[in-house]
Amino acid sequence: MHELALCQALMSQVEAIALDNDASRVVTITLGMGPLSGVEEQLLRNAYPVASAGTVADGAELLVESTPLRVMCRSCGKQSAAKPNRLSCGHCDDWHTELVSGDELLLLRLEMEKSKLTETQAMH
Amino acid sequence: MMCDTCGCNITHGNEHLISAGGKLEKTESGRETVDVLHSLLHENDHAAQHNREHFNSHGVVAINLMSSPGAGKTALLEATIMALGDEFKLAVIEGDLETENDAERIRSHGVTAVQITTGSACHLDAHMVHDAVHNLNLADLDIVFIENVGNLVCPASFDLGQHSNVVLLSVPEGDDKPAKYPVMFRSADMVMLSKADLLPVLDDFNPQRAEKYLRNLANTAPVIHTSAKSGMGMEDWLDWLRSTVGNNRQSVQEKPVAHTHDHPDPQFSKA
Repeated sequence: MHELALCQALMSQVEAIALDNDASRVVTITLGMGPLSGVEEQLLRNAYPVASAGTVADGAELLVESTPLRVMCRSCGKQSAAKPNRLSCGHCDDWHTELVSGDELLLLRLEMEKSKLTETQAMH
Repeated sequence: MMCDTCGCNITHGNEHLISAGGKLEKTESGRETVDVLHSLLHENDHAAQHNREHFNSHGVVAINLMSSPGAGKTALLEATIMALGDEFKLAVIEGDLETENDAERIRSHGVTAVQITTGSACHLDAHMVHDAVHNLNLADLDIVFIENVGNLVCPASFDLGQHSNVVLLSVPEGDDKPAKYPVMFRSADMVMLSKADLLPVLDDFNPQRAEKYLRNLANTAPVIHTSAKSGMGMEDWLDWLRSTVGNNRQSVQEKPVAHTHDHPDPQFSKA
């Protein structure tokens, strides 16, 4: 499965951001994932400890926020909720819709602890 | 595809996820929270865009063929090579977990084939395709077919820099595949019901139902019935290929791309 490859991509982003922010440790990683992202949350969670081992995010908590699946109808112009294999308009049932949200696979935010060394240096 | 530089990945659906405190927020414990909003596929998408620029700078159309294993991607390519003759200059990038068997089938028709063996990886990614592209002389080509690893799940997540996705659904697989694999079938620009010469015997496959499941994904892609073996539907497929090549040439002419940086290209730089 491709979840391990995605997790490794996530870790390289997390490490770069932690370095930019002089963080000594990443405490939580929050992802935003839609039902049409093509990623299984459980498989991602299984791959996560393997990919994060030995990195600045070793032991960090992985939080996943689900983004809703919503479509905008090109016929009636209204928005509605949808299912992954049924993206038709919830109002007029036309299938000519556009996805408003639900295919995201995003690193939303990181919570980090600052490097103590950097803080000490800053005081001097 | 989502983009990470212009903010277009912030949609009505996810904007509430961005905290109101701005880019950097200090929490009570002295920890810091940084909003990132970055696609996990950022590196792949960047490499894919780079591949697309390579193709565009040579007016080459790249077509990503995806399906289950055994749906007939290589057979379609062989039939396409024979039917097109000298009309277009083709090359094939073959993705498989193991073996050069498919590449050898293509080469036996006198067409260049670059084999990518992915080992345990279930999909091609843009970096693998980039390496393969540098083994092709794009200046001498019209179409590059990328035969992805046979898999209806993982390849759908990785942009390779292609211009079009062609998804094959072979009749023996059953007509509900678009409902079961929505991420894959949503990405299709062309759906081929392959091995359609078997429809008379596999009469539980209802082509209208397959198309209905595809439309339920809000996908307007054409659906054609083909058989590489009997030649059924090959003209429809070739017509689509011709118009895809024509449309791409037109859009590249209207929006020329600058692909200026140098690549070490040992195989062709001497030419």
